[in-house]
Amino acid sequence: MKIDSGTTAWMLAATALVLLMTPGLAFFYGGMTRAKSVLNMMMMSFGAIITVTIAWVLFGHSLAFTDNASSAINNVVGGFDALGLQSLVDTATKDDGTGMPSLVFSAFQLTFAIITVALISGAIADRAKFGAWILFSILWATIVYFPIAHWVWGTGWLNTMGIEDFAGGTVVHINAGAAGLALCLVLGKRTGWRKEPMRPHNLPFVLLGAGLLWFGWFGFNAGSELAVDGTAGLAFMNTQIATAVAAGAWLVVEKMRDGHATSLGVASGAVAGLVAITPACGFVDPWAAMLIGLLAGVLCAYAVGLKYKLGFDDSLDVVGVHLVGGVIGAVSLGFLAAYPFLDQQSKGLFYGGGFGQLGLQVLGPVAVGGYSFVITWVLGKIIDKTMGFRITVDDERTGIDVTAHAETGYDLGTVYASGVTSPNGPTAPAAKKVDA
Amino acid sequence: MRLITAIIKPFKLDDVKAALEQFGIKGMTVSEASGYGRQRGHTEVYRGAEYQVDLVPKVRLEVLAEEDDTEDVIDVIVKAAHTGKIGDGKVWSVPVDTIVRVRTGERGPEAL
Repeated sequence: MKIDSGTTAWMLAATALVLLMTPGLAFFYGGMTRAKSVLNMMMMSFGAIITVTIAWVLFGHSLAFTDNASSAINNVVGGFDALGLQSLVDTATKDDGTGMPSLVFSAFQLTFAIITVALISGAIADRAKFGAWILFSILWATIVYFPIAHWVWGTGWLNTMGIEDFAGGTVVHINAGAAGLALCLVLGKRTGWRKEPMRPHNLPFVLLGAGLLWFGWFGFNAGSELAVDGTAGLAFMNTQIATAVAAGAWLVVEKMRDGHATSLGVASGAVAGLVAITPACGFVDPWAAMLIGLLAGVLCAYAVGLKYKLGFDDSLDVVGVHLVGGVIGAVSLGFLAAYPFLDQQSKGLFYGGGFGQLGLQVLGPVAVGGYSFVITWVLGKIIDKTMGFRITVDDERTGIDVTAHAETGYDLGTVYASGVTSPNGPTAPAAKKVDA
Repeated sequence: MRLITAIIKPFKLDDVKAALEQFGIKGMTVSEASGYGRQRGHTEVYRGAEYQVDLVPKVRLEVLAEEDDTEDVIDVIVKAAHTGKIGDGKVWSVPVDTIVRVRTGERGPEAL
């Protein structure tokens, strides 16, 4: 297959769409924190763009998408053939069977690695040292994300067995959700959690972020077909269907349970729908996309209350939306998969595929979620015991924006405006004087 | 001269302002405030979780008046701000020694 201009053009655009999701996520998460920590929240997403890009170029692509010489090791992690991406440059003009230059495929996959890492940050809002987060993001991508991408999408063991994960329900969302749960347990609850109201400070930001995520997700899901064909169209339409249904379902649950349909609910419901349809979008019929959206909207709306019952401060509901939504999507394929495309994959139970695929769709989340949870917990503990993962209580009370970044999100007061000292906190490091 | 301070429900501000204007009060200062009295805050449900909201949003309204008008002004405010439900607020007055209009330097009742 020669370089195909249609495929290449679409994949370039899809890559840019998926990259936009991470700034979108920054708005989605940033609006949900309190005003004093909006910048830190957004910086964690932008930080992930930096660190994961560098790790991807140096060794990430290689560990995820090349084959290891030892077939035993290759089940778990890839090899070293593409370190620094140098070996991919040549194939830019050669035939590698994908219809697009290898570097375009690499850039597309890079954007998935970035947003997976950024997603975790929602579990530890307001309280994580920025330097610790930066270090964590590099180590987590290396030890958890790159191998898991290899398991499911490379030539690793889950792919060999025939797991179905069209665009990353398991690799991205279950993975990030389990990691978020582990990390919020390592860091502990925010000071004042459950005593003080910690309502979102900027819901227009949350809606803006949800809109950008929704938009970018078309690149995420339809782009994951890696071609311009009927399956890409199916994935595109299913993405829209499940998302709209889930957002509506979440609102209905809220209205019946709490009495009000909230803007946070519509944003969360949309994201829950996007998450759940992610693994399924290219495998299922439109009616199944509606069902998946309905399940995601209803179940995730209840799942975000789990943290209060169980007592973990998953601040922005990474577990309730991404872990639960990801599991809904992954398991649903065991019933609803209609269009498997690899030889080792089969149809779901409702399409006469038997229980084999269902078993695999349960095994995937258990294996990926379990690995991610355990490794993240250990990694978090190591960072916490050595450099410390959490800021001091005083800094947390003052606000991490002022104490960690010497900025505030909103300089609106007339008394304090335009200085680094702000109503949010007493003193930040003064700006250095510049001699003219 | 006296300073009359009223803590009222925010949605009652327009009524109180209109009543004071009709009475002949020429100026006032209004600020957003939060606090609680006998109502002791309330619980709110959001995203399936219950929150205890201790400090309830209020409006703080300050008016300067002549000694003789004080009781009338207080009555006007109380009447306009009244709903009969818990959390209606409070009104109080304190004596004021000196008032100066910054622009002209007028002092005392002239500055009102």
